[in-house]
Amino acid sequence: MSLQRPIVAIAAFAVIYAAVSLSITNSYYQLIMTLVLVWAIFGLSWNLLSGYTGLISFGHAAFFGIGAYTTALGQIYFDLSPWLSIPIAAMLGGVAGLLVGFPTFRLQGHYFALAMLAYPLAILYVFEWLGFQEMTLPIKRDNPIAYMQFSDPRVYTLLALVMLIGTILLTRTVERSRFGMALLAIKQNQAAAEAAGINTLAWKLRAISLSGAIAGAIGAFYAVVLLVVTPQSVFGMLVSAQALTVAMFGGVGTVWGPVIGSVILIPLAEILNAEAGTRFPGIQGVIFGLAIISVILLAPEGLFWKVRDIWRRRQLSQLSSEPRDVPATATVTQLPVSVRRDRAATPEDVILEVRNLSRSFGGLKAVQNVSFKLHRNEILGIIGPNGAGKTTLFNLLNGFLRPDTGEVLLEGQDVFARKPHELCEAGVARTFQIMRPFQRMSISDNVVVGAYVRAKTDAKARELAADAISRVGLSSIADRIAGELSTKELRLMELARALAGQPKILLLDETLAGLGHDEADEVVTVIQRLARDNITIAIIEHTMQAMVRLVDNFLVLDHGAVLLEGKPETVTCDTRVIEAYLGKKWVAHAAH
Amino acid sequence: MSQFIESFLQAMTAGLLIGAVYGLMCVGLGLIFGVMRVINFAHGDFMMLGMYAAFYLFTLAGVQSVFGNTVGPFVAILLAGPILAVFGYAIHALLISRVSGTKTASLEGEGHYAQLILTLGIALILQNGGLIVFGSVLASIRTPLSSSAWELGPFFDISIFVNRARGIDAIVSFATMILLTLLITRSRIGKSLRAAADNPTAATYMGIDVDRAHRTAFAIGTGVTAIAGGLLATNYPFHPFVGLDYVIVMYAGVVLGGMGSIIGAFWGGMTIGLVQQMSTIVLPTQLQNAAIFVVFLLIIFFRPQGFFGRMVERT
Repeated sequence: MSLQRPIVAIAAFAVIYAAVSLSITNSYYQLIMTLVLVWAIFGLSWNLLSGYTGLISFGHAAFFGIGAYTTALGQIYFDLSPWLSIPIAAMLGGVAGLLVGFPTFRLQGHYFALAMLAYPLAILYVFEWLGFQEMTLPIKRDNPIAYMQFSDPRVYTLLALVMLIGTILLTRTVERSRFGMALLAIKQNQAAAEAAGINTLAWKLRAISLSGAIAGAIGAFYAVVLLVVTPQSVFGMLVSAQALTVAMFGGVGTVWGPVIGSVILIPLAEILNAEAGTRFPGIQGVIFGLAIISVILLAPEGLFWKVRDIWRRRQLSQLSSEPRDVPATATVTQLPVSVRRDRAATPEDVILEVRNLSRSFGGLKAVQNVSFKLHRNEILGIIGPNGAGKTTLFNLLNGFLRPDTGEVLLEGQDVFARKPHELCEAGVARTFQIMRPFQRMSISDNVVVGAYVRAKTDAKARELAADAISRVGLSSIADRIAGELSTKELRLMELARALAGQPKILLLDETLAGLGHDEADEVVTVIQRLARDNITIAIIEHTMQAMVRLVDNFLVLDHGAVLLEGKPETVTCDTRVIEAYLGKKWVAHAAH
Repeated sequence: MSQFIESFLQAMTAGLLIGAVYGLMCVGLGLIFGVMRVINFAHGDFMMLGMYAAFYLFTLAGVQSVFGNTVGPFVAILLAGPILAVFGYAIHALLISRVSGTKTASLEGEGHYAQLILTLGIALILQNGGLIVFGSVLASIRTPLSSSAWELGPFFDISIFVNRARGIDAIVSFATMILLTLLITRSRIGKSLRAAADNPTAATYMGIDVDRAHRTAFAIGTGVTAIAGGLLATNYPFHPFVGLDYVIVMYAGVVLGGMGSIIGAFWGGMTIGLVQQMSTIVLPTQLQNAAIFVVFLLIIFFRPQGFFGRMVERT
């Protein structure tokens, strides 16, 4: 996709919309033209937070209402012109975003959504109690333009259009930058994002603050257009619902979603209200509801994505009729597996030292007094039966869990109990047992998320990502969408994502799980190659065949404690290991 | 001093009585949420339908003429429960099941976006359809009990007055709650519901039809909330948009009690009732509901898993 095409689309939309709204003479329809834009902008504001981070906000009316009351109270009590109060409302909205976000981001999923519900409603009752029941903006006859009061309502439409284009461009800039990438990563998997070096709280706060600022500004403008502000009309639950309705109807996580939703739904509702409202009060709500339900049943992710998916499929079917020479799948050149790695781990150069690390959950000692050293360029295999504490150990090492006691030294520096994104910056990267690719993004975009921790600029991040992709051998299919990849390709992509941040230590959690024999060999080859390129690796794996070929040393865990440490040859013959894995009966077998 | 104690006890009694009904209302939503993990925005409107169902059963369907003014309303209210349960069952089968349960794996955000907007759509239709069908005039299920009271006491020189209708509301509410708890803990249906809630995948492997369990939960949850709605209607007038006022209380109660816990939802609703009534001692009446939200936010920050919930985090 070229960069110009969306810009052309935005310009075309603006020109057509302006032309249509200028040609309308009926003042009621003129108002609708303005309201469409108002709700589109509000939908975009909601989308910026909820669409990109996946944290659904039921409380965006809080910001909208703060904006609207800034205009109303500002003009009534301080004679403040909307030209000034709109920027002030944006600032207040941004600050409100921070104040709301800071405590509320501790919650996730449904809890976040429901907590957000409480803010605008609590404010609503306070405003009613303060006596701001119905605030009417005073008409300024002497100097209307200074107070944003125009006799021609089409001027409001044009102003709103300017604000909408500004919001679209802002959203697009965010979407294309590391900001947007960070938000998308949070949406897919907050834990994985932290592990990839993203300070999730900081980015979420930026998102809610920007979102609150946009909502504040458009709320302030809404007050100017309608001239009357009541607590229900700006803080009410229906206002928040409006934002999520237009965004979800049109499509979440894209700039066009809220615009499409608003352009279709708002005129529909308003016109129905005007045409049939007197005979059937509430008919617009019924039709509106029916429209929403039917669209969501046919296109549960919104119109935009549905249309795009159909479009893509048609293009693909056209393409497939032509001959193409893109490789269907990536194959990694397979090294003969009998070849041992030609470099040795340097025994005196300790990169990570863990001393007496412990963590318990209630009475369960998940990891107890684990000590080991990881030498530069070593591949350490961590094995042990299910529940031995292997993944917990990784979680302690990359910061997902806080250790209770112990010491962790990374190149001599104390990194005990740091946060995941800090540890990632320090050079600890990891992959996950359960893969969490960013489904709708290409391999390159997936990997770029991991690169930002080392890159100052977007260009540098792209470069690091491309390098990481070539190291795992996926360059030829880097533009493919993650949702279309095979398990092996996804595993390699996750590996590339971890590599893109140029880690010193790579923690691999069951990277070979779910792979066939040949596929596993390919991935093993890639890991071996990485180890040769100066990366120290700790790997959890159950496939002993692959492990014996791969690792320099084993660390055997059982019941959270170290059972044994040593070379593959010794470990595989040790009776305690056989017992821990297979039970006592097999020890006798092995002895014979 | 004794005047303060009196108003304190009076507010507490009012809070406990209304809290019992709020509790039942929250249990209906809590059951649906706990089993299906679906945020149902239309639940307040299901309750509104329950109120109208009880109202019309009482006035038009002849319950009033058979059972009279005192017993009649409660018969109508209890009959409205099963009617709304059937309605809930149908709504789930026709609409909700398309975007929830085992169908959501392929959708972005596990189908949460689709569920939200779908239930918002249903809410819009019910509210506005209600306006067309029932009209905007306030309705209420009046019984002579609503305007009479039992006097407790006097203890020393303090007496507490208990509105008879509210007292019976609370009793009916507790009884329904006990029956529901028995159903969930003792019966086969209850076991399948709990299994489906705890781990849908494992439940499927054990031969439990998870989608059917969801449908059952949705039906029971709707019916229970409808009964609570009917009980409220004996004291509070209602209109087609009344659901909006209560849906917030419901969610606050469910979160307070701990999402996924049925008993928790009941005590959550009870707490909301108490906070709402007790706050009137120190706050102006208009801020009653603001007080609910402040308590709601405080608890969500300091104990997000609620009174009875548990937090499970997995990487």
